[in-house]
Amino acid sequence: MVKARARLLRPAGFDELGLKRAFAPRLLPLLVAAVALLAALTLAGMLAAAGLARHWRDGAGASLTVQVPEPEAPAASGAGSRAEAVLALLRADPAIAAARRLGDAELEALLRPWLGAAPRALGLAVPAVITLRRAAGAPPVAEEALALRLARPAPGTLVEAAGPWFARLAALARSLQALAAFALLIVGAIAALVIAIATRASLAARREALEIVHGLGASDSYIANRFAARALWLAAVGGGLGTLAALPALALLARLAAPFAALMAPGAGAGVVGGGASAAGGIVPAAALWLVALPLSAAVIGWLTAQVTVRRWLRRLP
Amino acid sequence: MIRFHEVGLSYGDGGGGRAGLVLRDISFAVAAGGFRWLLGPSGAGKTSLLRLLTLAARPSRGEAVVLGCPIHAASRRDLAALRRQIGVVFQDFRLLGHLSVFDNVALPLRLAGRPEGQISADVTEMLRWVGLAGHLAALPPTLSGGEQQRVAIARAVIGRPSLILADEPTGNLDEAQAERLMQLLGELNRLGTSVIVATHQTALVARYPAPALRLDQGRLVGDG
Ligand SMILES: Nc1ncnc2c1ncn2[C@@H]1O[C@H](COP(=O)(O)OP(=O)(O)O)[C@@H](O)[C@H]1O
Ligand SMILES: [Mg+2]
Repeated sequence: MVKARARLLRPAGFDELGLKRAFAPRLLPLLVAAVALLAALTLAGMLAAAGLARHWRDGAGASLTVQVPEPEAPAASGAGSRAEAVLALLRADPAIAAARRLGDAELEALLRPWLGAAPRALGLAVPAVITLRRAAGAPPVAEEALALRLARPAPGTLVEAAGPWFARLAALARSLQALAAFALLIVGAIAALVIAIATRASLAARREALEIVHGLGASDSYIANRFAARALWLAAVGGGLGTLAALPALALLARLAAPFAALMAPGAGAGVVGGGASAAGGIVPAAALWLVALPLSAAVIGWLTAQVTVRRWLRRLP
Repeated sequence: MIRFHEVGLSYGDGGGGRAGLVLRDISFAVAAGGFRWLLGPSGAGKTSLLRLLTLAARPSRGEAVVLGCPIHAASRRDLAALRRQIGVVFQDFRLLGHLSVFDNVALPLRLAGRPEGQISADVTEMLRWVGLAGHLAALPPTLSGGEQQRVAIARAVIGRPSLILADEPTGNLDEAQAERLMQLLGELNRLGTSVIVATHQTALVARYPAPALRLDQGRLVGDG
């Protein structure tokens, strides 16, 4: 009697289909966890590719290099040296967001692989190197027209676009992204399959109870909701475990990716674009958001899969 | 409120010809509040006819109206709602072994969406009525056959169904228990519930005279 009263007070735990035992596959959360781990890693790769693609498009792809030979000689027109005249022209151009002349140390770092020692010590005439960044939203800079304009104060000035090369890298990154998205789809399908198989097994195990409850007037949605609630919970737990398991690997990846991204930046850290570190850094908050979405997606997949599986199975009953 | 018109039922793929029919050309009607015996030798089709009435199967042919609902054409959702208005006592009880006696009997009320607060008093009262007040927390497999039968009856009537169907309900009972069950069904019938009881025990029928549907080899051979 006392026991009965305790039961009456806990109707929330009412388990008419016996799912706590029949739909408690210990393997299911583990399988979902493994799938979620794969999804997390795929997602990280996708986000990294997306970040680099964006970086190359907006940063490197938008950047130009200008070389002014004999920078300290007086300008052909206007005041000051040739380098100063070119800089002034560039800064006056509204299509150009930033123009910066590389310092001696940066130049030497750039040239060292080719020249070894300090170029000035070799008595070489080193041109001034100016990096530009296109203003956001401005049309692509026409290199030839710019070169003509710059040649007026400083004849012999060269304009070099990094665009085509980086556009190719960006295209590569985009195809990597597409591949990763495809892999994510497959991973989601595997999760759905695993959940469908587990659901069918427990349907078969509880066949008799299902027939009884169905015969007493339980609607398809009533029964499907019981299974779906449980599948949602199991999948969410699995998804959470998998995401947690992915965290150390992701942290390591982010660490490895940061210097790589910096290296890929134009001018090897010339600083015009803010460097690659920010590209890698931008990935981290986005990734955190996506990682929270993973267990949620697993839960949604679990709920939907169980609903469909149970409703299809119930069709065998009148 | 029950009206069958040339109803046929076949098992299996359902597409079988007339030879595959276990019920054929069944036509009869039972008014609200009526009582019928469902009689016939073993294999005559009593359980099959009850399967139609309990909505465990749809007719393979003909038209069948149960509690005003045309079950040959109704949606799954409508059938589920209709089942909640029908109480069934199976020969093999069909209790849920992992649930307590209380929860088994409470199940129809919960399926009907009755708030928890309004369940416990009714269920306790019903179980007292069938003499199981001391077994609320027991699991059905620990009970005797007669006790399980009474749990099944309590579950069948707890939702105040408009129609009660029983398939060989006295098959597992001794004489005194069978007597008590028939009195109980008679009482519910007097309160306005339609009752149909299938049996092949002629002695029981003799003690409770009432109109009967007689089946033989899948055909209705007597009504009244
Ligand atoms: N599930 C089934 N599949 C095929 N044939 C069945 C099935 N159930 C019953 N039958 C057949 O239908 C006929 C009527 O059976 P049933 O309705 O159980 O009769 P009763 O209840 O009067 O003994 C019998 O010939 C039986 O073999
Ligand atoms: Mg039978």
